[in-house]
Order: sequence, then structure tokens, then C-alpha cells
Amino acid sequence: MKTKSFMNPYMAGLILGLVLLSTIYITGRGLGASGAVKSVVVATVKTTAPQHYEDSRFYQEYDKTHPESPLRSWLVFEVLGVIAGAFLSGLISDRVAFKLEKGPGIRNRVRIIAAMTGGMLFGFGSQLGRGCTSGAALSGMAVMSFGGILTMMVIFGSAYGLAYFARKLWLKG
Amino acid sequence: MGPLVPEIISNEFNLVIAFIVGIGFGFILEQAGFSSTKKLVGLFYGYDFTVLKVFFTAGVTALIGVLLLAHLDLLDMELIYINPTFLWSALLGGAIMGAGFIIGGFCPGTSVCAAAIGKIDAFAFIFGSIFGIFIFIEGYPLFEKIYKMENRGAVRIDEYFSISPEFFAFLLTLIAIGAFIAVTQIENKVNNKKVAFSRVSLMKHLASGTIPFLFIAVMVFTPDRQEYIQHQIAEARQQKKCTFKEIAADKLAYELINNHYKINLIDVRNPASFKKFHIPLAINIPLDQMMNREWKAYFVQKHKINVFYADQDTTAKKACLLARFIGKSENYVLRESTAQFRDLVFNIEPPATAASKKEFNTYKFRSQAAMDLLNMENALKKFSQPVKKKVREIVGGCS
Repeated sequence: MKTKSFMNPYMAGLILGLVLLSTIYITGRGLGASGAVKSVVVATVKTTAPQHYEDSRFYQEYDKTHPESPLRSWLVFEVLGVIAGAFLSGLISDRVAFKLEKGPGIRNRVRIIAAMTGGMLFGFGSQLGRGCTSGAALSGMAVMSFGGILTMMVIFGSAYGLAYFARKLWLKG
Repeated sequence: MGPLVPEIISNEFNLVIAFIVGIGFGFILEQAGFSSTKKLVGLFYGYDFTVLKVFFTAGVTALIGVLLLAHLDLLDMELIYINPTFLWSALLGGAIMGAGFIIGGFCPGTSVCAAAIGKIDAFAFIFGSIFGIFIFIEGYPLFEKIYKMENRGAVRIDEYFSISPEFFAFLLTLIAIGAFIAVTQIENKVNNKKVAFSRVSLMKHLASGTIPFLFIAVMVFTPDRQEYIQHQIAEARQQKKCTFKEIAADKLAYELINNHYKINLIDVRNPASFKKFHIPLAINIPLDQMMNREWKAYFVQKHKINVFYADQDTTAKKACLLARFIGKSENYVLRESTAQFRDLVFNIEPPATAASKKEFNTYKFRSQAAMDLLNMENALKKFSQPVKKKVREIVGGCS
């Protein structure tokens, strides 16, 4: 079966904007993603290495600001919703399939390593920068956060700056 | 008035809300094509600008929506979460994220979407980001200094550049539309696509492009709700149309002593004067703070009456009028000023021996009332403190 084409980007943007607006109106906060991954990491350390959890500075600071279990966080529930929503959308448009997507000129192994490296950098950067493209850039833009908009410009600027060097990953030889 | 959490929607139910908006978020990201890494990085090589179009449209829509809701007094801008600005960590973190984006082909949100529909590279990306976050956490003592450097607080960009929020929205919309036009041309050039706009399609684009500007114009050219109320008050005063229900000092004293639970006595002077002297059992809500969220409960109620007083008759009346516009309750004005009330009840001189019986009775009543009121204030200290609605900080961002 042929997969359905994607939604008109402006229409998608409008709906995404309205989703974000409702979120801000209802909860007073924006959307996010990387924070949920952090919660998972913190929860894992808390259960597998409780002694280390007690000793480390970061976990102690985290514990102080998050009195409840790290998994009982807003973003964890939101990301569970994201998984469900994306899966639903994939089902409707016939896009659910195990698939490795990569640029034309590279092998599967390279793509996997690049994805992992990229993920590592993004994960690290999102902690340093207090949020990723969702939490800092998109939500920050909606509430006019100076830091959020600055982070957004730097993310895209840096990616543009490095695009030339990463071209072999994405473009034909 | 928004945000609905935590006043109207509990923090518990908020988690259900999170799941529901998450579904919307994930669904729309996937529908837009953000589950495809090639579509995502297309932005950086010029062959597909979907990301920019979706991202900017969403940002402008949400921003104008937020401002519009605030304009209509439906959303309190002071309460929503503004991501704090730490200059160095924002710059450095952003640069590292950019590198992650171009190498990995995803960002955290899109990688989750892609993994949800089975993209294997997305699983690799998520695995990597778990590892990256773990490195940051474990190495936190090393990064802490730069993480916390140059803290500018939760500053908004309009505040930073001292422009109005509406002007920023205008600029952002202008930039967005300019970018849309430019990238579409680049896209067509890179993909060797020749597109001739039909008249109809051109009109459609033009029409949808003006919509955000219309909303901004509405905000700029119409008064917001607070201004509207002030305007209404000024007009009502000018036309001398307003009638006030007045209550006399003796009557107030009597009611306070016998039915204190039915009355909110509201002192609308500044806190300093309130501290110096106030009528016992009164609470202090300065006139310029009456529209604040924390006092709202006083002005929307049906069980008690509000009695306003101040040093001048006009101030008390203004407060009474304001209460009428911002809420729904029965409002009275004390006929006497604060000083007059004090002289009448607290500084009363015993009448001359030749005075009439009525004067003696008045004296008896007032001096007794003065004592009773002071005693009551002492006894009811705990209860007569204003019930300030707690304004809670909202957590947010990626914490």
C-alpha cells in the first residue's frame, strides 16, 4: 500500500500552534521532550544505584526540586501521549514499519552510529541548554522567552554551520 | 482565567492533560512528516523546508494566541512559565544541539515520533540521547559553573529589547512570512521545480498571510479588558450616572458588632495608612491592586456585602465602582471617611450634662462600639486576616 502524503506544512503548523496554545492556557507551561528522557535516566539511577544517587550533587538538586517520583512528571506523561499520537498518525497514513532511514551514500552501520552520536550530543546539549527544540525553542517562542528564542537561533545556526561537513551523511556522493 | 492549573484543574488531573496534549503533539508532528529524518534535515540542504514552515507557523500561532488571550484577560501572562535565560549555557547548549541535529537527523521530540512508527535509526538516536543526558548528569560538577553562568532570569524578549509584545509578534510574523516566501523559492530551485502561482492560489496565500496581522491589529487598536474597565468607570463618573449604596458610620459599627460575618470591610488606602489606623475588622486591598487575581474571590460572591472606605469619598466610590465592574457582589460605600469614622466612634467626647437623652444614647452606643470592635478584632484576629488566594509558581520547561 502506498503511504499517504504529509499534511500541508502551514496547516500542520497552525494545528501544532493551537495544541501548544491550549497547553499553555490549560497548564501554564509549554510542550517538551528531552525532560522526559532525563526523568527516565534519573529514575533508572535511583532504582539501580541508590547509593550513588544519594552521593551525587545533581540527583540531590533534582530531588529537592522534584519531591515526587521522577517518573511522575508532566513531561513523562506527555511523551507517552506523543508515542501514542505518532503511532496513531502512522497507522492512519500507513507509515508504521520497521525501517532504517538514511542518506543515499552511506551504509546502515554508519547511519546507526551517526544517529547515536547525534542523539548523545542532542541529549547532552539539551541538558546544558535547559531544553530542546520543543521545550526551549518552540515553547520559548510562544511565550517570548529570551533564552528560548536565543537557544532556537543557535540550534539552527549551528546546524547550518555544520551542514557542509555532514553533507556525506545526507546527500548523494 | 487561565492558566487553569492548579486552580481549576488539579495537579493530578494535569497528568491526564499531559497525556492528551501529548497525543495531539505526536499526531501532528508525525502528520507533518517529522518522523522522517530526511525531511527534517532537508532544511539544512535546501531541498525541504517543512520543518521551518511548521515550526514558524506554530510559533506565530501560539504567540499571537497567548497575547490575544492575555488581551482579553483570559490568561495571566505573569503566571505562565517563561524559560529562564542563562546566557552561556543557552549558547553552548544550543550549539551542541545543532551539531546533534545535523549528525543524528532528529531532535528529541521527533525521534520519539519516529520511533513510535518503527524507525530503527530513531531508536539509536534515543539511545544516544539517554547516554548524553547521563553524561551531563554524571559530569554535572564539571559543567555546573557554565550551566549557571550569566543568569538573566525569566526575561522575555520584549522586555529585553523594551518593545511591546505586540510589536514583537508583528516582527516575528513578518520574519516568518518573509522566510516562507524565500525558502519556497530556494526549495523549488534546488528541486528544479517550476511553479507558476495561479491567481486563486496567490489570493489564498495573501489572505492567510494577513490573518495574523489582523489579530495583532485588533490587540493594538482595542483597549484590553483592564483599560476597558477603567474607561467605563471614567465614563460613568463623568455622566454622574452612578448611584452608590451608602452606609453610615453608626450603622456600620452596629452591623460589624452584630453581623460581622456578613460584611467584608475593605480599606482601599495604601498599606502604610492602613497600618497607622484602620477600622477594626477591615482588610486592606489598595485601590490599584483591586484587579489582582488574588482578591478576585472578594468581588465575586453572594453571601457577604462589601463595604469600602478610604480617606476621601471619591476614592471609596471609585473602588466601589471598580468592584462593580470586575465582579458580582453587593457593594456599599462608607459615608464617612476614615478620619471621620475615627472621630465619631473612637475619639468621641462625653456629652455635656445638659445634653439630650439622644446624645447620651449615641455616646453610650459609640463608646461601647469602639470597645467591642477592638475586642472583636483581637478575638477574630485569625479570621479577619484577608484570605489571600495563593498564586502558585508554575513549573515548566524541560525540568
